Amino acid sequence: MVSEERFEFTQKAKKTLLIVLLAGIVLTALGYFTMGSGGHDAGHGESHDVEAVTDGHDEEPYGDGKEEHGAEAGGDHGGFKPIKRLFANIWINNVFFGGLAIIGVFFFAVQYAAQAGWSAGIKRIPLAFGSWLPIAFVLMIAMFFIAGHDIFHWTHESLYAEEGGDKIIKGKAAYFFWPLQGGEFPIFFVGRMVIFFAVWYLFFRQLRKLAFQEDIEGGSTTWYKMRSVSAFFLVFFAVSSSMAAWDWVMSIDTHWFSTMFGWYNFASWWVAGLALTLFIVIMLKDKGYLSIVNQNHVHDLGKFVFAFTIFWTYVWFSQFMLIYYAHIPEETVYFMERWKGHYAPVFYLNLILNFFFPFLVLMTRDSKRHARILKVVCPVVVFGHWLDFYLMVTPGTLGNNGSFGFLEMGLILVYFSAFLYVVLGSLAKAPLFAKNHPMLQESLHHHI
Amino acid sequence: MSQGTNYVLGVYEDEDVLMDAIKEVREKGVKIEEVYSPFPVHGIEDALGYKRSWLSVAAFMFGITGTSLALTMQIGMMGVDWPMIIGGKDFVPIPSFIPVTFEMTVLLAAFGMVGTFFGVSNLKPWGRPRIYDIRITDDKHVMAIDLDKNDLNEAEIKKIVDGSGASEVNNKTFE
Repeated sequence: MVSEERFEFTQKAKKTLLIVLLAGIVLTALGYFTMGSGGHDAGHGESHDVEAVTDGHDEEPYGDGKEEHGAEAGGDHGGFKPIKRLFANIWINNVFFGGLAIIGVFFFAVQYAAQAGWSAGIKRIPLAFGSWLPIAFVLMIAMFFIAGHDIFHWTHESLYAEEGGDKIIKGKAAYFFWPLQGGEFPIFFVGRMVIFFAVWYLFFRQLRKLAFQEDIEGGSTTWYKMRSVSAFFLVFFAVSSSMAAWDWVMSIDTHWFSTMFGWYNFASWWVAGLALTLFIVIMLKDKGYLSIVNQNHVHDLGKFVFAFTIFWTYVWFSQFMLIYYAHIPEETVYFMERWKGHYAPVFYLNLILNFFFPFLVLMTRDSKRHARILKVVCPVVVFGHWLDFYLMVTPGTLGNNGSFGFLEMGLILVYFSAFLYVVLGSLAKAPLFAKNHPMLQESLHHHI
Repeated sequence: MSQGTNYVLGVYEDEDVLMDAIKEVREKGVKIEEVYSPFPVHGIEDALGYKRSWLSVAAFMFGITGTSLALTMQIGMMGVDWPMIIGGKDFVPIPSFIPVTFEMTVLLAAFGMVGTFFGVSNLKPWGRPRIYDIRITDDKHVMAIDLDKNDLNEAEIKKIVDGSGASEVNNKTFE
């Protein structure tokens, strides 16, 4: 019989994570204050030479069509406030790590809905991501009230004025303000945020409770119950994840819309979540945990990352291609801001990190089975998808003032260490895998 | 001994017996040409010591050929032979070419892979597949041993196969 395994979240590991967190805060502060003094490029010239050339506050549009949504800017975006860059970056991380948290629960639910047996040994790792949900919620809603005006153009009341308002945004007012009038409290938007997180969290708690119960009782009764809970969760998740993407990311570029956006964001979260799961599995195995996980399970997770890398690219291209081909100005403006000019290097880097690199490296069977290669690919993919969200949020909030420096790096470190701290802490509370899982035998004999 | 290729065929009733037999026969120095079974037997390729198939490499090569062909065709037509402005794009709008390129890659990779597989499996339209024992399509596993490729003589091989749990040991000759 398989014996129980418990992850021990050692003091040393906690200390390391806290040091990283502190380093992140210091870097963020450094980035913020050096930026405030006007020379924010000086500090990170070596880390991001591509942008150092084109970046700068004073060099406003070059006039090649990337005129930062001229009409949209209105009177609200007078001069550039350095704090906006901090807010925008916090928002990127809120969305990215909040998405990772729920995608972990999604992975867990999919395993039950699909009656998958191979994953019995690793399922609790993505499930632990869900512990970040309450924190993500608090950060997100607080950030919305603190920095809503800086991040979301549609929150400005003047847009909804009878005279001289913005016709397009007025048409979308109900999506944010219903049942109130445009420009009042965005009750529908905030309500959705609250409901999504509340329902996600309830499902997460329920699945976690059942998972532990399953472990103690054994048998298949709990398993069947979890399957139905998972199925209901998946239905809710399908709708809510799409709407969350529209709310939290797409509404930044209020005039623009894309019908692929929900899928696109889901794909980005999903690949990042799979890569992070795989990375944690490999790390735990290195530390001597997860004795029941072998190369075949790692291979399967690697195939997941490889396959959904292609899926992400497919969705990304489907969105890009139609807009590119149709050439309607209202739609192309979104890609003009990203593809040409200031963000062009990030645009290409995004494709390289999220498609070409994992696609070519993970193509062979061997690379998906060897921890050494996966240890490089997984962090790259996770960072690549962070960059994907960076590219979605930054042009709409910061225009040509966006950059990648100490501030961005610091905040990634802060969020990543905090996220890992919460996830590992949650992982340590229960055995790493359910020794009475009805499909554990199948997982043990998994061979591909 | 008759002309052509001579085989010793071990017929097995059960896949577990077969798996053990493969190990035993190979340990005793007999080279197995191929094992035929009516259904996939898990782990048999490891037991037989098969090397990894080159089919995936063939697929990649065919795929790359498709990519190059599609790009050459489109760039040649739209960029060199008869440049036209369509929808305000450049003469060579790479994003517009991606769907066709993708399709050609998939098409050639798929056809090439199937063709290669058929070729190496002797499933060509004019090929005549070798039927070692008609019962492999029903309920028997058959281990085929090519006598010319083994150092041991026929009697020794038959003894080893018989001792490994085969229900019958037969001879088969192909022209």
